[in-house]
Amino acid sequence: MMQHLIVLPVLLPLLSGLLMLVKRDATRLPRRGIALVSTLALVAIAVTMVIQSLGGEITYYALGDWQPPFGIILVLDRLSALMVCLTSVLALGSVLYACAGDDRKGSNFHGLFQLQLMGINGAFLTGDLFNLFVFFEVLLIASYSLLMHGGGKDRTQAGFHYVALNLAGSAMFLIALGVLYGTLGTLNMADMSQRVSMLDPDRLGLVKAGAFLLLVVFGLKAAILPLYFWLPRAYASAPAPVAALFAIMTKVGIYGILRVYTLIFGEGAGELASFVQPWLWWFALATLALGGVGVLSSRDLRTQVAYLIIISVGTLLVGVSMNREAPIAALLYYMIHTTLVSGGLFLLADAISEQRGKAGARIVPGRGVTQPSLLGFFYFLGAVTVIGLPPLSGAIGKALLLDSAQPNEQVWLWPLLLLSSLAGIVAMGRSGSTIFWKGKPGDSDGPRLQPAMLAGLILLLGASPVLSILAGPITAFTDASAAQLLEPGRYVQSILAQTANGGGS
Amino acid sequence: MEALFSTVTGFLAASGLYLALRGRTFPVVVGLTLLSYAVNLFLFSTGGLTTNGAAVVGDDATRYADPLPQALVLTAIVIGFAMTAFSVILAMRVRGDLGSDQVNDQREESKEEKS
Repeated sequence: MMQHLIVLPVLLPLLSGLLMLVKRDATRLPRRGIALVSTLALVAIAVTMVIQSLGGEITYYALGDWQPPFGIILVLDRLSALMVCLTSVLALGSVLYACAGDDRKGSNFHGLFQLQLMGINGAFLTGDLFNLFVFFEVLLIASYSLLMHGGGKDRTQAGFHYVALNLAGSAMFLIALGVLYGTLGTLNMADMSQRVSMLDPDRLGLVKAGAFLLLVVFGLKAAILPLYFWLPRAYASAPAPVAALFAIMTKVGIYGILRVYTLIFGEGAGELASFVQPWLWWFALATLALGGVGVLSSRDLRTQVAYLIIISVGTLLVGVSMNREAPIAALLYYMIHTTLVSGGLFLLADAISEQRGKAGARIVPGRGVTQPSLLGFFYFLGAVTVIGLPPLSGAIGKALLLDSAQPNEQVWLWPLLLLSSLAGIVAMGRSGSTIFWKGKPGDSDGPRLQPAMLAGLILLLGASPVLSILAGPITAFTDASAAQLLEPGRYVQSILAQTANGGGS
Repeated sequence: MEALFSTVTGFLAASGLYLALRGRTFPVVVGLTLLSYAVNLFLFSTGGLTTNGAAVVGDDATRYADPLPQALVLTAIVIGFAMTAFSVILAMRVRGDLGSDQVNDQREESKEEKS
């Protein structure tokens, strides 16, 4: 059983997703039950994986028992275990929230949701670049339909932009894969990292072009500055539980950058060692600055949260581009925090807009919410942590990142990161006071928060205090993950050792 | 053969890109489809162009073609086909919901400005 653990986060959502297709009639099939059980089981599996990866051993699962570098493998190391665990917790929160009624607004919400989880988990676990493309497509096609769940003009328009951009992105991904396969002759990431160091100097330019194309693709997923235009509109118009799950989608791009440019083009890559990081640094800083401006300019609570996601993308990328152990450890901690909290904020924005009737999520005085103290408390909690005020987890993440910068980096990073946080404080303070204080008193018999919605909100926003209380053990784990990530040699060793010895099991 | 192949691929990609940048949904969908054809051809050629080569193992084969790009391109074709079907339906939905086949509906945006 334990040896098959690595494939379970892909198989389980696939099977439960397929099960939901058995009957079209949602009343006959307990879809909510299946979705909740499957997501809970996924959390349990992911926690087991994190425990298994604690020791620092890198294990792989060869599909069909074709040994690497020939077969497709799934790899479990600390980083992928962490990402799968993060996804499953976020998914549990969104599924809980969706069970309050959002899942009935369109057909087969839960089935698509599970298939999207399969794609995300697969992307985090795979050790093969083409397989990464396939899982990207799985998660994308599920996300296309989820984005338009429930219908509506806004969603169709935003959805078309999202689909067209991502189709172009997929085409670029394939071109990059073709170039890299043509020059390196393999698609197994561990094998690629070995071949890069022995590259024929004539082909250096081609490999570099392929690597930059991959960066564009991951940048499109992660919404870095010149490629972010799809994000605010798509996220703001998506149904709340879907938008919450999408909080992990930008992180899939960040994960791709982190994995490819530390493993394949990492320290051992000869002339191509860490060549994209200096480029990333400026794009990351520009993204941070833009996020700050966007947060201030948005007139809708959901757009505001979408721009907060862009700030977090900038912050994460700054960590990636510094390419040392301390910043990467800091960014991993910040990633856990920002994914859960921004997911929670999307849910909260939806809860607020539902209770305000026509005013919706727009930042105008209008009608107040039905339960001002409860939602106000959640808003305060979410705002404090997402901006990065102590004592909650956002402050810890940002402080770790600021602390890890070297003096020549501090000149740029400190003012930009702190100014974008200031923009966040101003914007969140303004919209909070407009919505909760300036509004007329709410309708006392308007819609109230249902228990399932409350559970989702508590799980995602409540994660922040838990993250700050457990900051010690979590940072110990992220430190170890960063150290493991920056030692691509050991990764390659543990995957290709068997074939190198001319045998295998 | 290489020159012809790369010219065709390049021309397809250029036409696809041009159409994908148009303002109406139908040319965009056609453009993305052409782009995916070009990419499939390109992917097919990454193992080098071989004529008369055995794909996997032949008894009396002396020349071999790289089988991996063929497998990759098959996967890419299947995925591309599904995506094209989806985007065609989506483009029709955009036409139906918004009453216009513009990718960026100007009327919609000017209405938003006024409100």
